[in-house]
Amino acid sequence: MTTTIAGAAEPTAPAAPFRALAARVWADRAARVGLAIVALFVLLAVFAPLISMLTGNGPNEFNEDLIDKSLGGPPIGVLGGISADHWLGVEPVNGRDVLARVTYGARVSLVISLLATGVSVVIGTVLGMAAGYFGGWVDAAISRTMDLVLSFPQLIFMIALVSVLPGGDRTLLLVLVISFFGWPYVGRIVRGQTLSLRRREFVEAARAGGQHRMRILVREILPNLLAPILVYAALSIPVNIGTEAALSFLGIGVQPPTPSWGQMLQKAMAWYQIDPMFFLIPGTCLFLTVLAFTLLGDALRDAVDPKEGA
Amino acid sequence: MAGFALRRVAGLVLVLLTVCAATFAIFYLLPSDPALQACGKSCTTERIAELHRQMGLDKPVWQQFADYLGGIVGGRTIGTGDLAVRCGFPCFGFSYQADRPVWDLMVDRLPTTASIAAGAAVLWLVIGLSVGIGSALRKGSGLDRSLMAATLTAASLPVFFTGLMALYLVVQVAGLLPFPTYVDFGDDPLGWARNLILPWIVLALLYAAMYARLSRSSMIETLSEPYIRTARAKGLPERVVVIKHGLRSALTPIVTVFGMDLGTLLGGAIITESVFGLPGIGQLTIDAINKSDQPVVMGVALLAAFFITLFTVLVDLLYAVVDPRVRVS
Repeated sequence: MTTTIAGAAEPTAPAAPFRALAARVWADRAARVGLAIVALFVLLAVFAPLISMLTGNGPNEFNEDLIDKSLGGPPIGVLGGISADHWLGVEPVNGRDVLARVTYGARVSLVISLLATGVSVVIGTVLGMAAGYFGGWVDAAISRTMDLVLSFPQLIFMIALVSVLPGGDRTLLLVLVISFFGWPYVGRIVRGQTLSLRRREFVEAARAGGQHRMRILVREILPNLLAPILVYAALSIPVNIGTEAALSFLGIGVQPPTPSWGQMLQKAMAWYQIDPMFFLIPGTCLFLTVLAFTLLGDALRDAVDPKEGA
Repeated sequence: MAGFALRRVAGLVLVLLTVCAATFAIFYLLPSDPALQACGKSCTTERIAELHRQMGLDKPVWQQFADYLGGIVGGRTIGTGDLAVRCGFPCFGFSYQADRPVWDLMVDRLPTTASIAAGAAVLWLVIGLSVGIGSALRKGSGLDRSLMAATLTAASLPVFFTGLMALYLVVQVAGLLPFPTYVDFGDDPLGWARNLILPWIVLALLYAAMYARLSRSSMIETLSEPYIRTARAKGLPERVVVIKHGLRSALTPIVTVFGMDLGTLLGGAIITESVFGLPGIGQLTIDAINKSDQPVVMGVALLAAFFITLFTVLVDLLYAVVDPRVRVS
């Protein structure tokens, strides 16, 4: 049950100097590759409307002249209808531009996974610190809650929750549901760290000096938690990207016509024999993004705790 | 030992009760009405009220919850009048849409899911542990680096993507295997394996990658412990040091994760079943959600929670047998 990020077991004494940390991450070649890929997808997401304008293809424009209706709707031409106008081809059945849909899909994927990571890290940190610092019934209540949330079959509950809750724009709903099941992982790490930090001399000193406990928590303990929290956050981004894609794939992510990678893959299931490009493109985007964030997260973990890496 | 086991089982029951209550709350307090669905399009307010009464939905929530729990333990008759249905032990509710008790629906689907999970688990344990341990023993070598690059790649590939690729390359292009359908093991063991091999590989690939990474770091950590140095200093053969002293304690975190993973999968390999169109618990869940068949979703959620908690407790008990220190804490 214990999910410890390797390297986060022992709190590093002073707040890790983040400039040095960044330098150490940058020295890692895999991390630079990861950063480049992440940057590429962030740019694609941010400039999706601009790209659409340049190519002249909106994400929801039908191009029925580019598909073969007599055959049930596969794209005309090779490799899923790749052409000078449609660089990554078009979708079967309605001929929408795949490039436009993939770039708009990157927005959904990144926004949801980053927000979900942020929300779960904030909740997990606050509750984890409270549990670790105050102990007693506060700790008991928070720890039991964390255990309970972790023993839920997450995917089924996410599906059930999202499908029962009202529709409309699902972005916020997805963020909340993913964070709801994500915060206990952060909470456990933070609780464990806080527990051992609380007994350290500098915290004792602050307490003996009559500092208010809020001030101790924020000024003395939190800075020492930043490194493990950062590592955890970095490593949970790719997990959340995967979860969002899985939910979309199962048809309960963001709703059409808003494009998302998982949703494209779901549609591609019916076409994999005739038009493999339609699953290869969003699938590759998903793969690259997850891989890139994992590379970054791994590098960050190794930088925080050099003994782990090979 | 008996006391420890008892405490753990009591904990299991408590967790299941809470999961039960949470599931119940989600489905009965949120805006959705099973009666409305049973009623159909031409529905009057009176008919809805009547249906509510017959389905027992007019009772207070706690009463409904108590009825539900009672049904699991001893079976019950759901509703009154022309909607009364008998739902035998263990009653996980009744699907008005399928016109069958939820338990029967789940039992029908369980062999498929169990087959997928068990086969994949064997594969990923063998592959994941060999890669992880091999890598750890040759830490820093070219082999270690390439294996770790491979696991990183595999861990970044979602099942629905690898599944589609496998279907396209193996079934469509190469024609090596048929499109998977579920064949019962008892009817045709060979056909069973032939049809499931692709889902097994696809599912195992992801898990093997995670297990390889986990077992590698766990093994490296263990092998750097002082007692390993002592074992080597005693002059024990390297094989004994690695297997008897190292592996045994390095496996601890992996067994924990394995219990959780297997439990989760038994509650429905949702994505895998969905990609390969296999009629397991996961498909049942998705179908039920698309049709808003709430009793089924609730039953499946409970079944999955049961498997997860059960396997967690089993793993704990296993540890207690192996390591007496666990019993005390």
